[in-house]
Amino acid sequence: MATAIQVREATKKFTLRHTRSIKELVVWTFRGRRSELASNTFNALDAVSFTVREGEAIGLLGFNGSGKSTMLKLMSGVMLPDSGSVLVRGRVAGLIEVGAGFHPDLTGRENVYLNGAILGMSEAEIDAKFDEIVAFSEIEKFIDTEVKFYSSGMFLRLAFSVASHTEPDIFLIDEILAVGDEPFQRKCLARIATLREMGLTLVIVSHDLEMIQRVCDRGIVLERGHAVFDGALTDAVAHLRGGPQ
Amino acid sequence: MRGPAPVPSGTEPGLVAPGRSAGLLDVARWRFLLSLLVKKELRVRYRGSALGLLWSYVKPAVQLAVFYVAMGKFLGLERDLPNFVIYLFSGIVVVNFFSEVFNNTTKSIVLNADLVKKIYMPRELFPVASVQVALVHLVPQVVVLVVASLAMGWRPGLLNLAAGVGAFALTGLTALGIGLVFSAVNVYFRDAENLVELILSMATWLSPVLYKWDLVMHALSTPLWVLYQLNPITVAVELAHYGFWAPSARVAEKFATAPYPPVPHEMAWWTLAAVGVSTGLVLVGQLVFRRLEGRFAQEL
Repeated sequence: MATAIQVREATKKFTLRHTRSIKELVVWTFRGRRSELASNTFNALDAVSFTVREGEAIGLLGFNGSGKSTMLKLMSGVMLPDSGSVLVRGRVAGLIEVGAGFHPDLTGRENVYLNGAILGMSEAEIDAKFDEIVAFSEIEKFIDTEVKFYSSGMFLRLAFSVASHTEPDIFLIDEILAVGDEPFQRKCLARIATLREMGLTLVIVSHDLEMIQRVCDRGIVLERGHAVFDGALTDAVAHLRGGPQ
Repeated sequence: MRGPAPVPSGTEPGLVAPGRSAGLLDVARWRFLLSLLVKKELRVRYRGSALGLLWSYVKPAVQLAVFYVAMGKFLGLERDLPNFVIYLFSGIVVVNFFSEVFNNTTKSIVLNADLVKKIYMPRELFPVASVQVALVHLVPQVVVLVVASLAMGWRPGLLNLAAGVGAFALTGLTALGIGLVFSAVNVYFRDAENLVELILSMATWLSPVLYKWDLVMHALSTPLWVLYQLNPITVAVELAHYGFWAPSARVAEKFATAPYPPVPHEMAWWTLAAVGVSTGLVLVGQLVFRRLEGRFAQEL
């Protein structure tokens, strides 16, 4: 199988305190202390390397602040690594956050088109999948209602439905199944299984270890920006649970 | 600043670095999303408004009527410049268009922070969408201008029409160019928005909107006059004068004997220079934008 995602020595730094005023910047620059402005940095990711093959489903595990979401953002291209490289094959799409790109003043229908286009679908693709997307979300009756009147559950259904129908080559999922009721969660998991059968590569971030064990077969554990474990998901979960709290 | 080389040597073919685009050149490929962003923007702006876009016809029409009475009649500015209201309004429409594009592009990335932080797409889409929204708002103003011009005996030739269109093209390009720079800088320093307001408060006075160009030529030394004329917005205002005001009734007769023509001499050369300057601004804007966009997601 060909490589779908290749991460080599990827490092991402964040500046903790950052000046927001031009005056400060100018003053510090003239005093030759500009480097101190950026001195307060930490590595959200520190020389992380791994390779994902096409069709694999991997879970990124770790506690809060371990760098999981940053890793997803590097894969999606929202952020660029400070050093090292992150390379992908084909179209990347996903739910970095539920409903990013949904606008409350637009109707469900308009949001399907807007969000589909944001995730890289063409007009013809959305036209072709529109009915399927609406049917999956089970909100046919409200599709022409403005999204601000939706309940959070309806919102989530539509958002997941659009994203999971974009059928990219690599699908990134960040904590989306935390919301939603039991039946819909089951439906989402079934949909994810279908996507796997279609050969998509999946990268999932979640704190729900039970759920992630049902979807993924390989796990990478991140700890304060370092990849500390890479292997079978059950072992990864054991590592995480047995590791330092 | 732009991060490491996109693809290290010795990697499998077909692997690419995500998050890199061809910038403005990629916008055409994303035109479907662009059209939806424009629609969204317009929808959001006119939510809950019964008259909707109709308001953008009412406002310039009322403005024009007030100018006609107050400045043309009361202040008597019509005596020196026949159809003064057209002279004034054609310049104002250009400056309004510039203001809207510059203002909206500057804010476009910060206002779309939610998207920029979470999903990758060529970020140039947001400033370009702002230009398109401004174009939609330009239409009513141009309609009011054309109707008023016709009422003032407007008889344009082909060159006048071309100048009218060129005025807005030049304005849009210039505003997009500096808007790209400001939208990117605004992510890092919100001071940019204040700077934009400052620039816009001067824009009307830095171009011959409220006065005639020969006053400036007399007041300034030649190098400063050239500098004044190198401002593409100045040339755009003069082109608008040439397009809408110059071919209206009584202007030609009045200026047949006047020492200076309605628009500066060598207008073709000034236009050419302005096209060069505005194209250069778009190129610089794109370069600065690309240099800064790598850190948008973490700075917002």
